[in-house]
Amino acid sequence: MSAELFSVFYQFADVFAFLILSAAGLAIVFGMMGVINMAHGEFIMCGAYVTVGLVKLGVPLAIAQGLAALTAALAGVVVEFLIVRRFYKRPLDSLLATWGLSLIVTQSMLLIVGSSITGIGTPEGSFAIGDYTFSTYRLVLFACAVAVLIGLYVTFMKTRFGVMARATMQNAAMAKALGARTGRIYAISFGIGAGLAGLCGALYAPTMTLIPTMGATFVVESFVTVVVGGANVLLGTAPAAVFLAMIRMALNASYGQIIGQIGMLFAVILIIRVLPEGLSSVLVRRGR
Amino acid sequence: MASGHLIRTAFLGVMLGTVSAICAAKAAEPPLKIGLLEDVSGDLAFMGMPKLHGSQLAVEEINKNGGILGRQVELIHLDPQGDNARYQEFARRLLSRDKVDVLIGGITSASREAIRPIIDRTTTPYFYTNQYEGGVCDASMISMGAVPEQQFSTLIPWMVEKFGKKVYVIAADYNFGQISAEWNRKLMKDLGGEVVGEEFIPLGVSQFAQTIQNIQKAKPDWLLTINVGAAQDSFFEQAAAAKLNLPMGSSIKVMLGFEHKRFKPPALNNMHATANWFEEIDTPEANDFKKRWHAKFPDELYINDMGYNAYNALYMYKTLVEKAKSIKLEDMRKVIATGDACIDAPEGKVCVDPKSQHTSHRMRLISVGPQHEVTVVKDYGTIPPYWLGEIGCDLTKKNDKDQYTPSHLPNKS
Repeated sequence: MSAELFSVFYQFADVFAFLILSAAGLAIVFGMMGVINMAHGEFIMCGAYVTVGLVKLGVPLAIAQGLAALTAALAGVVVEFLIVRRFYKRPLDSLLATWGLSLIVTQSMLLIVGSSITGIGTPEGSFAIGDYTFSTYRLVLFACAVAVLIGLYVTFMKTRFGVMARATMQNAAMAKALGARTGRIYAISFGIGAGLAGLCGALYAPTMTLIPTMGATFVVESFVTVVVGGANVLLGTAPAAVFLAMIRMALNASYGQIIGQIGMLFAVILIIRVLPEGLSSVLVRRGR
Repeated sequence: MASGHLIRTAFLGVMLGTVSAICAAKAAEPPLKIGLLEDVSGDLAFMGMPKLHGSQLAVEEINKNGGILGRQVELIHLDPQGDNARYQEFARRLLSRDKVDVLIGGITSASREAIRPIIDRTTTPYFYTNQYEGGVCDASMISMGAVPEQQFSTLIPWMVEKFGKKVYVIAADYNFGQISAEWNRKLMKDLGGEVVGEEFIPLGVSQFAQTIQNIQKAKPDWLLTINVGAAQDSFFEQAAAAKLNLPMGSSIKVMLGFEHKRFKPPALNNMHATANWFEEIDTPEANDFKKRWHAKFPDELYINDMGYNAYNALYMYKTLVEKAKSIKLEDMRKVIATGDACIDAPEGKVCVDPKSQHTSHRMRLISVGPQHEVTVVKDYGTIPPYWLGEIGCDLTKKNDKDQYTPSHLPNKS
């Protein structure tokens, strides 16, 4: 019985980690800043490829993953400066611009790096409970997802930057008038978003096939989580991930992956119909 | 200025005229046009790239040795990027605008079924170069890859005998996965085995923690893995990390997706497959072929069976055209009907079966070891594609234009 219980927790943790890690970056870029970033998957791919490249050069995995997230963050700042900056007032055009960027990046990777590269293998470590064996690394992913949520909470609620960032997102003109350097805040926020996407890629790199279009497998889940969550990263994305993970896990376990996916997307449609502003609209109102 | 420009243009015109006159004198007839549809970008690019390379290598060799019926061969390749709608658009374009003499290609069975009705409305021959779930009885199509009676009827009895009667299936959720799973059910029933679980996975799914536990709960003796695409291949890494440690069998792993080259050992340990081609084949003909391939494409990670079949397809086309002394499908089919449509391929002699227009193959059972070394465990010799003929498909008499499966057989009339 305890094996079954743990198995349920493990499966929930696994789906939750996947949703949080793939959505965290987008929650900032899309949820807070309102930029429809279609190149989100490519920042994830960037994190994965940098991780694998560094590990092959002999860098320890954890350090490689940190550097990969940093690389993606830097790439994000550059992209913000060159492209995204011009589209803050035109969200629909940002969709087109970032989609174009995504096509250019995947095709360039295909031409430069090739259609696939050899993986690095998941770190050793597994344990058994009852009849089941589990990979320890999946729990590391869960821990990282929780750490990301805590990190976001501290950054946006407890720091000076966080206060200014929230002020900027709420009313940029007013924040500017009060002395916040909004241009820089936008750039840093986008960088954090891209860095979190890179972290997602870095963390999942050992467990997946590496191809230039790999980011696409994360994109649906990340947009869905952010849309269900609404504008608030902490009161939106996290509950959305809990909610969607429960639905998906339960359906996956009883009816298989197809029903799991259909059920999750169906739940999303229902939520958007009932709560167009996402879960956070309800939760934030209650909080007040 | 203007007159200078005019003179230059005139000079260029004369030059071009001379060049084309020389060319025309050398090759009296225009080149044969080969339309090729292969994905070299998108999710399946890693499999499609060797298919393009195989076609390019064959075209280069054929042109160097005098072409087909004395005519040079021109390859027109379009990249449908794994999108079935684009497959249809490009097939129409190649058939009606470029007026190709033969159409080759398609990766997934979904893409093949998307373009087959379009081809059926023309008189252009079509070569499908993948191994697949079998059953297409269509006079326009010549299939170069292996089919279930060559792959599953060999592999599954061997797996049952070696590992046990209980199998769990993970399959991609589209026609290839569904029909392959049906084949497995039929064969397991005949063998007195039991399918303890079947899971169909949507394309693009990359997370398998739940699947791994479902497998452990069902306690199978071995797994049939017919998952497709880069995302679904992540299963192997995740199963290895969770120490699933079950023997696996497949009709597409190793020789087609070269997972043993793409994943770090031992993710593919204990994988078994039946194949007509895999790069590790060690015969003089195969080694010579591999040498030519790697000389032209030094960066190729692995020559997969699709790429190899794509190479053979051009030689089969050449043989059919030259024996028929015609590029018309009906004349080529007369050659096939004689049962004498054979080529000496790197695997050995392969022939197109008159009834089904599928190809006979030398089948070998291969196993992957803990360091991802590939060994040949059993050699079945040449196996003809007999199933379609047995159930009543006879293209020499009737063009069914249908795809049959163990549960969808021709009407006996």
